[in-house]
Amino acid sequence: MSDDENTAGEGADASADEIDAGPDHETRFGAIVTDSLGDVVLHADRETYLDTMTAAKDDGFDQLIDLTAVDFLAYAAPRDLPDGLDAERFEVVVQLINHERGDRVRVRVQVPADEPVVPSLFDLWPGSEALEREVFDMFGIEFDEHPDMSRILMPEDWVGYPLRKDYAVGSIPVQFKSASNVR
Amino acid sequence: MTAERVLRRGDDSAVLRLSETAAAEIGNDPDTMADDERVLLNMGPSHPSTHGVLRLMLEMEGETVLRSKPVVGYLHTGMEKQAEQLSFLQGCTNVTRMDYASPLFSELAFSLTTEKLLGIEVPERAVWIRMLMCELNRMSSHLLFMATNGMDLGAVGMMIYGWREREEVLRFFEMVTGLRMNHNYIRPGGVAADLPDGWEAEVERILEITEPRLEEYDVLMTGQPIWRERLQGVGVLNTDEALALSATGPLLRSTGYAWDLRRDEPYLAYDQVDFDVLVGTYGDCYDRFAIRLNEIRESMKIVRQILEKMPSGDYRIQDKKVTPPPRVRIDQSMEALIHHFKIFTEGYKVPAGEAYCAVESPRGELGVYIVSDGTSTPYRMHVRGPSFINLQTMPHLMKDGLIADGVAIISSVDPIMGEVDR
Repeated sequence: MSDDENTAGEGADASADEIDAGPDHETRFGAIVTDSLGDVVLHADRETYLDTMTAAKDDGFDQLIDLTAVDFLAYAAPRDLPDGLDAERFEVVVQLINHERGDRVRVRVQVPADEPVVPSLFDLWPGSEALEREVFDMFGIEFDEHPDMSRILMPEDWVGYPLRKDYAVGSIPVQFKSASNVR
Repeated sequence: MTAERVLRRGDDSAVLRLSETAAAEIGNDPDTMADDERVLLNMGPSHPSTHGVLRLMLEMEGETVLRSKPVVGYLHTGMEKQAEQLSFLQGCTNVTRMDYASPLFSELAFSLTTEKLLGIEVPERAVWIRMLMCELNRMSSHLLFMATNGMDLGAVGMMIYGWREREEVLRFFEMVTGLRMNHNYIRPGGVAADLPDGWEAEVERILEITEPRLEEYDVLMTGQPIWRERLQGVGVLNTDEALALSATGPLLRSTGYAWDLRRDEPYLAYDQVDFDVLVGTYGDCYDRFAIRLNEIRESMKIVRQILEKMPSGDYRIQDKKVTPPPRVRIDQSMEALIHHFKIFTEGYKVPAGEAYCAVESPRGELGVYIVSDGTSTPYRMHVRGPSFINLQTMPHLMKDGLIADGVAIISSVDPIMGEVDR
């Protein structure tokens, strides 16, 4: 693990303050490490998110597998965050893989509702382009320095962010042709 | 090898980063294009070779594609939002409709993730039934690819042959699950029903039929000069680019990179069967075709081993928390009736937490990420659709090629739009 801390470089120093709050936490690439049902989860700070990701890439995480977000507005259970991390409304979740070692990590970043902006990972893994557009489309989280921050699945002129928890499912009346009784 | 090409942001990138509104304006007034020789061309969303409703915005110079952009979302029905309304038991009916050519893989990934959250382990027979069904599904999915790939490139006979063989597999699925597609067969806790009597003979029949027909495909396509001419050297991607663009499955393997979750991160019982991971050399359309064709053979090899090794026992977990009581018990016991009713109305509660599980679908890594807050519906369900992500390679594959080759490229990326748009 000491190698990882060395490669983390700037990220480790910058987020050292956060880590002091919870003294027992192990860190990797400058992010707090926890375990979720056997998976390695890194809780990155939004300020040092890009440094954490750069360090991860330098460590051999050569592919970004997935990037998505969760809106915790209506979450009923306690949030499973390590001490010293403030829970925010949104969370961006990134899955990375290191093919050489067969190693996977999940990076989670807290994103506040009043400023939903996160740096884009395009320059590290250009495969994040469509996934970040999807998160922007569905949650309204913007990715700084993204080459094409636009909607991808919804129409361009759509208003609202469908996967947010305060966005109602909605319904449209369907009238069947053969139905004789109209309500 | 370098991935520099795919990292470009500006006008020299292969991706046409232009909004639909801006494109429509240019269409109305062609003089606004920087160069008079260039035209913006719209392809799809309703086009026979775009596999459903894929729309491509192409910047053309003569017959050469300069930049392009896949425009998606025409099939978007908010399935991830829908998943938040459905219980974990109902969830499979939803995800199975995403990748409709390989529905069992979505069900499997969803079930594995739910089981991980529940902390349950399914009986051995259920594991092997799942594996049997998935490998047959891989065969049917790749056979469909053979059919559409042939059709797109003018081998219309191939379309009929591919569908003919696929139908044999679908007939078996109907026998086991009751449906040809959208099975809702693999469920958290096991599978919906045990294999019916005589399933071995039926599977053997499929293998017997398919084997010589794959030889026919070789004659019809693999060794045929026109076919090779049409595919070799078209739509080339190198390993670094494929990794950078998050491409998985045959697209990544065609570049010579041996990565298959069945071998490298074995799930189910893939560590107990013997098969080869196929890789290409050049990363072109021909390699992708050849990999899929031979993956049918590898799947058949796995199916043969499953026929030999299929264990006996339960086909679903006997955990009352997730498994409804047997039908006969409902007539005999009040408690069984209540239990049945509870599971099918309220569903079972899944402990709070988050989990991600991935399987190797015919198109690449298919992952499901679920966040649960301790209720009986997922708080958030996200599907990592390989088609959606593999689609990003398309502009890079098409760059500086002919538009006729574009058709071969769309076909060889093999996107299923149901999964792209979700």
